[in-house]
Amino acid sequence: MSEELEQLFQEKIDQDIKIEPKDWMPERYRKTLIRQMSQHAHSEIVGMLPEGNWITRAPSLRRKVALLAKVQDEAGHGLYLYSAVETLGADREDTIDDLHTGKAKYSSIFNYPTISWADIGAIGWLVDGAAIVNQVALQRTSYGPYARAMIRICKEESFHQRQGYEITMTLAKGSPEQKEMAQEALNRWWWPSLMMFGPPDDESPNTAQSIRWRVKRHTNDQLRQEFIDMTVPQAEYLGLTIPDPDLKWNEEKGMYDFGEIDWEEFWHVVKGNGPCNKDRIKARKAAKDNGEWVREAANAHAEKKRQQENKVA
Amino acid sequence: MSKSNEWPLWEVFIRSKQGLNHKHVGNLRATDAAMAIDNARDVYTRRQEGVSIWVVESVNVAASSPSESGALFEPANDKIYRHPTFYDIPDEIGHM
Repeated sequence: MSEELEQLFQEKIDQDIKIEPKDWMPERYRKTLIRQMSQHAHSEIVGMLPEGNWITRAPSLRRKVALLAKVQDEAGHGLYLYSAVETLGADREDTIDDLHTGKAKYSSIFNYPTISWADIGAIGWLVDGAAIVNQVALQRTSYGPYARAMIRICKEESFHQRQGYEITMTLAKGSPEQKEMAQEALNRWWWPSLMMFGPPDDESPNTAQSIRWRVKRHTNDQLRQEFIDMTVPQAEYLGLTIPDPDLKWNEEKGMYDFGEIDWEEFWHVVKGNGPCNKDRIKARKAAKDNGEWVREAANAHAEKKRQQENKVA
Repeated sequence: MSKSNEWPLWEVFIRSKQGLNHKHVGNLRATDAAMAIDNARDVYTRRQEGVSIWVVESVNVAASSPSESGALFEPANDKIYRHPTFYDIPDEIGHM
């Protein structure tokens, strides 16, 4: 019975028919999606922290309103994704608690600190740039609610990258000190941005199954290459140097060759030992704990209003 | 927050401009309808996506089940006479 259902399921996937919440799906498909989508949601939420760090110190009102709007968007993206995770039968509060206990992961990139204003430019340009490459591909993922959340997110995300590039460009065309700031930010964020696409294909045991289920449409290495090919000319335009001595155009392949990624650093940060892992979780936990009385008060208020309405009726 | 206190789920429908239907855009959690509308404003209409919002508590939505979809929708498959192209009209008549 279940084998037959699984075959029907795979046939639907092969015909590019989306899977919707009430449709039958293999338990492993459901679990894979809950893991991937909740990680994605947590990344949006934790991603607000490094940027929030600079809202009060943005160099102009124009930069400040843009950064506020961007951080608000990230909150919205987290909400779309938590909603989509709920459609798979996962409880929302449990999903959020899994982040706080360390059971669930989020994108490692957000464990790096934002030590100068130029980092805000680099995050928009590189981190959001990498996220867009990943998310554009996911717009065609096989699970309907996830695909729809991605379409909405991609529409909103393109302003994020443009505002980041504009910040970096302003610095790169400014004083020598400002250009140096932009270069240092690029040096800090380049390699972690490449790591955002995840481990190389030959060390990514779940990729083959995810591709078969069309949860993923491209492998980590394919998306990483796409990002590099797209970003190198953007750095050249700014007169900035990508911190990779092995980076060079490969005429034959029609793409850039690039140097070895330090996967040891990646795993070190994933395992909780990056510069900001503890601060990030502490901040998220504090937000939940300190907001508890507000959520309870809102519940009490709604209950009181319901009772008053019942009395009048 | 303990589970029994979790805010209920609301389905959100947005009319993108006058003259169009309200369309389902997603859902969110809120304690009551007024909060659901406020939150929907912030979550789903930050870029002028809407001129009107409906919210319905998700528990009040009745839905057909995928296992019934054959019985519900297949009877329409063989009724091609409900489509205009089923009927032969001479070319001289032009568009009809």
